[in-house]
Amino acid sequence: MKSDRDAIGRRALLRGATLGGSALILSGCDALNESDTFRSALRTAESLNKVVHRSLMDRAALAPEFIASDISPVFKTNGSLTGTSAEYLAHVDNKFADWKLRVDGMVANPMDVSLNTLRAMPARTQITRHDCVEGWSAIAQWQGTPLRLLLQQAGLSARAKYIVFHCADNYGAAPYYESIDLIDAFHPQTILAWGMNGEMLPVKYGAPVRLRVERQLGYKQAKYVMRIEATDDLTKFHVGKGGYWEDVGDYEWYAGI
Amino acid sequence: MADNLVQRHKATTRIWHWLNAVALTVLLMSGLMIFNAHPRLYWGEYGSREDRAWLEIDDTRTTGFVKVGSATLETTGVLGLSLGANDKVRRVAFPGWATIPTGYNLGAARRWHFAFAWLFALGLTGFMAASLLNGHIRRHLHIRKAEWGLGHIWGDIKNHARLRFDAHGAGTYNILQKFSYVGVIFILLPLMIFTGLAMSPAMNAALPWLLDIFAGRQSARSIHFICAALLCSFVLLHLVMVLLSGPINGIRSMITGKVRQAPQVNATGVES
Repeated sequence: MKSDRDAIGRRALLRGATLGGSALILSGCDALNESDTFRSALRTAESLNKVVHRSLMDRAALAPEFIASDISPVFKTNGSLTGTSAEYLAHVDNKFADWKLRVDGMVANPMDVSLNTLRAMPARTQITRHDCVEGWSAIAQWQGTPLRLLLQQAGLSARAKYIVFHCADNYGAAPYYESIDLIDAFHPQTILAWGMNGEMLPVKYGAPVRLRVERQLGYKQAKYVMRIEATDDLTKFHVGKGGYWEDVGDYEWYAGI
Repeated sequence: MADNLVQRHKATTRIWHWLNAVALTVLLMSGLMIFNAHPRLYWGEYGSREDRAWLEIDDTRTTGFVKVGSATLETTGVLGLSLGANDKVRRVAFPGWATIPTGYNLGAARRWHFAFAWLFALGLTGFMAASLLNGHIRRHLHIRKAEWGLGHIWGDIKNHARLRFDAHGAGTYNILQKFSYVGVIFILLPLMIFTGLAMSPAMNAALPWLLDIFAGRQSARSIHFICAALLCSFVLLHLVMVLLSGPINGIRSMITGKVRQAPQVNATGVES
């Protein structure tokens, strides 16, 4: 190990000699990155993406759908591989027989919907691509209940602006959660998936239901969804940025890019 | 001699040049940080750790390496495994001196990348429109029939080999310059924008034909990376040519727009 470190050390010296200029630029960039003013300027530019997407593109445009032969041989698992709450683990033992999805918040009729009820509702099946913010992609077939049907049944308030998904997994120290706006919530491809590649959704992919919001990146696709809450204010949840990775990793809330 | 300064570059060209110098540097370095999040490239619609990559940068904990197809090249110290601040060994694809920010921060790198992508894309569009209207494309970049002749191209290659760059007189681009500028402005730079857009899931819904053109999101990501590498080669070559063809004159002309002309003494010391 020591000799490896020395080898790296020698190269580092050479590198240092040739790249002193680059180091200057870089420390400048890191300093800028620490500046609140500069960061908020970058953030403004990034929020421009959402404005442009929402105003220029067809809000109902469908994400590309694929055919069975396009499905990834192995769909990479990511994030939590199981829910962590005691309640969730009991549901796993019981094969989700008593599990109920809570729908509440700014709705006229808060509901508790069992997995069987959910599966008996009109379903949508779609073969879509899952894109991780890191850069990789995997394709799978998802089967689930369109979110809009649940929201209509629950009587979504006209004042609601966002749908928040509370999950059963703690990723690191904090509970996972996500949120989307109503454009995506009522999009025909936005489903609560309980089936994957023709089978019941496995635990490692988010059983009993996970969100599929197909025009956004992977961190929006909340797994182990236990409760759906309609709200007009995202700042009251956890750190207040609308999702686990938004809070913890400072990822952008709108993940269409 | 000072009164021999003649106008060469228009203001639009000069502004765009320096805007790009900044924007492309930031885009490259923040892009390398984004690449560090998943330093593997694939062809097709999908690709993850579960699939075969055509290029990967990784480490064995003691050595860093780049693997292209079945060929492996050890790159310890630079790619895959490098030293960060306080001589800490970092297991990342591109080292801290090549990325923005220097440490691993995907959220921040994406923010830098997308902000400067706006500058770059609007700049390219503005430059193209201005160059079309002010005649820059027609007068300086347009490749004329006679220039396509193999004899003419060969002649220019020989001129370059002899470091004679202004054989046609200063103020006009020779054919190798035209090929590289036209290739960069009308092929590589637009490809960067379109392959970038093709990686956005929302853009895929709005413009599904982008995926068809590039044969899938992971192919688009690979082409994005390859074009970035080609752009790096262009910039390196461009800097070498500036040094060889008179850096003071070249840099002045890109700042003030004026270039000192004649008596033309080329780098071999022969007056032409």
